[in-house]
Amino acid sequence: MDQIPALIRVFSYLSLLTIGGGMAAFPEMKVLVVGVHHWLTEDQLIHVYSTGQMSPGPNMMMVAEVGQIVAGPFGALACALAFFIPTGILTFGVGRLWQRLHGWPWRNSIQKGLGTVAIGLAIGGLITFGKSAITGWLPVVLALLTFVALNRTKVNPIWFILGSGVVGVFALR
Amino acid sequence: MSEARAVKAKGSPPKAKVSLVDLFLVFLKIGAISFGGGVVAYLRNTLVREKKWFEDDEFLEMTSISNTLPGLNATNIAILAGDRLCGTLGATLALLAICLPAFFFMTAAGMVYSDAHARPYATAALRGVAAAAVGLLASTWFQIGKKSLKGFYDALFVLAAVLGINYFKLSVPIVLLVVGGLAIFTYRPNVKPEPPAREEDEWIRSLH
Repeated sequence: MDQIPALIRVFSYLSLLTIGGGMAAFPEMKVLVVGVHHWLTEDQLIHVYSTGQMSPGPNMMMVAEVGQIVAGPFGALACALAFFIPTGILTFGVGRLWQRLHGWPWRNSIQKGLGTVAIGLAIGGLITFGKSAITGWLPVVLALLTFVALNRTKVNPIWFILGSGVVGVFALR
Repeated sequence: MSEARAVKAKGSPPKAKVSLVDLFLVFLKIGAISFGGGVVAYLRNTLVREKKWFEDDEFLEMTSISNTLPGLNATNIAILAGDRLCGTLGATLALLAICLPAFFFMTAAGMVYSDAHARPYATAALRGVAAAAVGLLASTWFQIGKKSLKGFYDALFVLAAVLGINYFKLSVPIVLLVVGGLAIFTYRPNVKPEPPAREEDEWIRSLH
């Protein structure tokens, strides 16, 4: 319970880094959650983040699982509120302002500039994530299989996620 | 196109009557069934095609705002759509509804994960899941990259961000400030005139 103020601080800060998606914040999350606060080990963070990919709705609700593990249900609630409320208020405010800025020429510059950097941040986050997640040849195969299949077909990714989980239970124990 | 959109946005803030209960239930359903990541595609399917609460180009506009701001696209779009449909209360309820199922799912997952008996199996399953997650996330960003990265500068800024994070181990805010600032400056008005709306158009359409 005494970790809750720190959880709120960390996750409201991390939420501000999620430009273009949650992956952008992953390297910083690893530093804070694993390195600075020792709430989870590196492996545990990978597990919790991966569980987020199985959830419906916003995948970054994995922050609630971090809160649950560290400080129980109140921790979960604190993390969820800290992560979704500040950016929510920002979006609400900017959303109303944005329409008034319609003719403002810098609007497109900002959209294009941040959109491009967001792709770089996501790839950077994914490299950090992949380095910890991919250990051994079987995970390499599962990742490649999923990547190729999702680029070529319209199958719902959840089947690859669940299927790889089943493979894991038998082969990665 | 932008003329028409501006006029429309000004002329019709309170749209067709959507009740708060309807709004809540629709977003709750999306929050509960959108397995597999692409929540934006689920949102577009429901809000534009099924319910016809928005035109495609208005949805597109909300998506591009959501992309530029911190926060997840799914929750940002929920807030913008909720606000346009039912005002402040609508935005609050839409955010709450799209988050609730995932919140219970992830909190329950945390309880299972903390349970020592379930742990060896959970850990083994999650090793497999993590590997597939790498494939899923890589394919998502590969497709976004393929659609929206065009010129030399695009590649340069992406590379700079990746190197900043992974090689120089800079923190995300610093990369965002430096590389983001340079990118915005490079794409400043009147230097490289191009229609960004069309690229995003293609990207959103490619989602489904």
